[in-house]
Amino acid sequence: MAETIVLEVARYRPEIEAEPAFENFEVPCRPDWVVLDALNYIKDAIDGTLSFRWSCRMGVCGSCGMMVNGEPKLTCATFLTDYLPGPIRIEPLSNFPIVRDLIIEMSDFMTKLQGVKPWIIRNEDLPVSQGEYRQSPEQLETYKQFSMCINCLLCYAACPVYGLDQHFVGPAALALAQRYNLDSRDEGEAQRLEILSEHEGIWGCTFVGECSVVCPKHVDPAGAIQQYKLKAVTEWFKSILLPRGGRD
Amino acid sequence: MKQPVTYTLYHPKWYRRPMSTYWWTKRWRYLRFILRELSSISVAWTVILLLLLINSMGDEAMYAGYLDWLQSPWLVVLNAFALVFLLFHTVTWFNLAPRAMAVRLRGKRLPDWAVAAPNFIAWAVLSAGVVWFVLKGV
Ligand code: SF4
Ligand code: FES
Repeated sequence: MAETIVLEVARYRPEIEAEPAFENFEVPCRPDWVVLDALNYIKDAIDGTLSFRWSCRMGVCGSCGMMVNGEPKLTCATFLTDYLPGPIRIEPLSNFPIVRDLIIEMSDFMTKLQGVKPWIIRNEDLPVSQGEYRQSPEQLETYKQFSMCINCLLCYAACPVYGLDQHFVGPAALALAQRYNLDSRDEGEAQRLEILSEHEGIWGCTFVGECSVVCPKHVDPAGAIQQYKLKAVTEWFKSILLPRGGRD
Repeated sequence: MKQPVTYTLYHPKWYRRPMSTYWWTKRWRYLRFILRELSSISVAWTVILLLLLINSMGDEAMYAGYLDWLQSPWLVVLNAFALVFLLFHTVTWFNLAPRAMAVRLRGKRLPDWAVAAPNFIAWAVLSAGVVWFVLKGV
């Protein structure tokens, strides 16, 4: 087995490079090492100026997303040995501006996420003395899949619609909106509808489906969006076909 | 005293990578998506063929002309292409159905095949019906 593997790492240091360029690093290729371990090895032993985000090293924090050989991946869950004999090309996530090296600027996503109101909205909050809002396992099941999102943004990096039009709300934010819409405790669907039903909302999605392929948490954002489209159309038909009393 | 916090929403200096016009050649699944979008042209073309057929049906001469036209080599080739794209369109469309419809039975979500299968079965039955109807007169 090869002892080392070459990483072609995209560097962008605004004070040095006008645009990103690749730098090669040879790192030990240990069977238990993931790409993130190799990057940390570079930072510790070769070049301390290499910048990248990470935190949990176990696929839960969602901060280590990068392009590995052109595919969006959680680098803490991507083993070096799967890419033998190398080289492995590491780039910052596509479709986002680069701040430095492998770090992307993500405040656009943060704004959009907040825009879809991803929290439980009640018309009237019950007093604490009345106890908790009960939910059955079946009710939990309807939205659980969409609640697994770790905001890693791999889906945005895979989405050509977002790449071409930054106004598109995007997979994860739309899936999270749907997660709260489907929650039996939530009453905020009407409030979210305004953003979701815009052209940049669900209708911006052309169902390329790549978001669901790359999602490390099997959230299936593409599914969430299509399900919501179907619901919106059904509601619209109901609203024009049924007399007032029949609408819900 | 606390300092007022100002967040810089957008980093002062960043690099935005341009998106290639040929992004859809980068990955097979992107290409498949584009082919699927293009396949709707085949669908439209088939509808036109069908409308022309209906239009010519009342009139013997027109109907014969229509059949003649259909037999011209370039049209046979074109229609062979259209058929391939049409099949591609239909199969991918039915395979997408389970994604758009989360059908639940007693609280459990039906597996994907169970949602797709009825579509395929209905397709086969309807097609068999059409074939039977067409061949019945022969
Ligand atoms: S939907 Fe999946 S890919 Fe997108 S941010 Fe959430 S966990 Fe990541
Ligand atoms: S470091 Fe947390 S998901 Fe990879």
